[in-house]
Amino acid sequence: MKALRFCQVALLTASFLFMISCNRNRSTTSSASESQNAGLTLSEGFTAIIVADNLGRGRHLAVNENGDIYLALQDLKDGHGLVAVRDTNGDGQSDLTAYFGDLPGTGLQIHKGYLYFAHDTGIVRYKLKDNELLPEPNPEPIVVGFKRQYQHSAKTIAFDQAGNLYVNVGAPSNACQQNDRSPESPGMDPCPLLESYGGIWQFKEDVPNQTQEKNGHRYATGLRNCVAIDWNSAVSKLYVVQHGRDQLNQMFPEYFDDQANANLPAEEFFMLQEGDDCGWPYCYFDDSLNQKVLAPEYGGNGKIIGRCAEKMDPIMTFPAHIAPNDLLFYDRTMFPSHYKNGAFIAFHGSWNRAPLVQEGFYVVFVPFKDTLPSGGWEVFASGFPGKAPVKNPDDAIHRPMGLATGSDGSLYVSDSKKGTVWRIVYK
Amino acid sequence: MAYCLQIKQPLKLYRLLIACMLPALISCAGNKKPAEETTVDPGQELYTKYCMACHQASGSGVPGMYPTLQKTDWVEGDKERLIGILLNGQQGEITVNGQVFRGVMPPHQYLTDEQIADVLTFVRSNFGNSAGPVLPEEVTRLRQQQPAGR
Repeated sequence: MKALRFCQVALLTASFLFMISCNRNRSTTSSASESQNAGLTLSEGFTAIIVADNLGRGRHLAVNENGDIYLALQDLKDGHGLVAVRDTNGDGQSDLTAYFGDLPGTGLQIHKGYLYFAHDTGIVRYKLKDNELLPEPNPEPIVVGFKRQYQHSAKTIAFDQAGNLYVNVGAPSNACQQNDRSPESPGMDPCPLLESYGGIWQFKEDVPNQTQEKNGHRYATGLRNCVAIDWNSAVSKLYVVQHGRDQLNQMFPEYFDDQANANLPAEEFFMLQEGDDCGWPYCYFDDSLNQKVLAPEYGGNGKIIGRCAEKMDPIMTFPAHIAPNDLLFYDRTMFPSHYKNGAFIAFHGSWNRAPLVQEGFYVVFVPFKDTLPSGGWEVFASGFPGKAPVKNPDDAIHRPMGLATGSDGSLYVSDSKKGTVWRIVYK
Repeated sequence: MAYCLQIKQPLKLYRLLIACMLPALISCAGNKKPAEETTVDPGQELYTKYCMACHQASGSGVPGMYPTLQKTDWVEGDKERLIGILLNGQQGEITVNGQVFRGVMPPHQYLTDEQIADVLTFVRSNFGNSAGPVLPEEVTRLRQQQPAGR
């Protein structure tokens, strides 16, 4: 990776963008409640403001103890794949913006004084500098050489309390068909992709230049793509939410119509133990049957269970296709006790419900007691698309993508369309 | 108008006969094809079955994943490039109308030359596009130039 460059031009540009964003914020709010919450509808007692805007197409974000916000970008902006923003005058909105790094990516987390960033083929960490917005310019490569993949390429990360780093390596496939996403094409059995994709790999958090082949340990498998991953430090366990498979109706129209495809399969929330097999590509979860069933690529017809009886069950499920893109266990103190150690999940919103209306585009909350949910999931923040219903995902003005908390307990949400960042507080 | 032959209620026969004849009369007057030949565009049916999931009903695509088909040179421009994408698929970064997309388009070699021509003709003349048709023989020619299926 090339050396990080401090970009004075970007600073100026960003200041300009900030001015634009301030104006835009004022003009896009309509009703009193919307203007109070920056266009969002929130659970009772919460309010939101936009703290940064127009940063680029946002992915995951991280908030430093001093309030500085870092956002990973899906596409390079002015040649940079990361952006940092700071509120220098204490008015609650960022007024200093700096772009850095030369790769786009998704995973981003501050851990033990470093900013860890996951681009599509590796993990690097930047040493954060005392009270400076930009970190040390040269990042240290922690994991290198993930295979280049053309779908589900986003790497996302979590840390345990024992010095380990967990990386989601999504499968470059929908259902491991011989011909991916081609009607009636059978599944490869066993699926060879599972050797290096479709699971969570464990690495050391501080050893440079590790590779998946030599140093990575496959911690859990049978996971199609888990962009949403977090370590719940209250119970010392790893949790993920999986993007379920697509296109049942298109691949196997004899078993599934448009309606069935819109409702299948459930998005699955897993608590992982080392060695777990969660079933992809052989199985998917049918909420109406409350059961994992055999995928049609492997001889299933929507009812046969077969080998899926032995696969790990989810701890909770969500509507099909709504795209869980971040998971965060709330370990701060600002929010009421209901939220303590519970899970926030950002659902990016669906595309594979067409021709039916799209769903998702919200942040949900799942209350927890010990290791398991203690109640049903609830929509915590909605209204991101700015319109309803959403027929095509491109119609959504914003799509919630990443989650982070600040040291005061605020919840931050990033947006993948315009690079808006909201800060949600409890009054 | 096969359903006319299945009428089981004689009392309504007269009224139904008129109803059945009306479209014929209208079509004769307008010198148009009979109703059963003006059914849904086969290209539209193919689009719904094979393309809509990713490219959406409006052709708007999915941000960051599947490109828009609306008013873009990728659709309205070079036909050979467009046919080639259907035959061979597409992966890796692609920029369409200034936006970057990274989704995978699988090869659609299992469609016939006529089906590919139909669906591309539909796409090139809908979603705000106004480009000319793709002919089956254009697909045939390109397919013959391709290496065997991948």
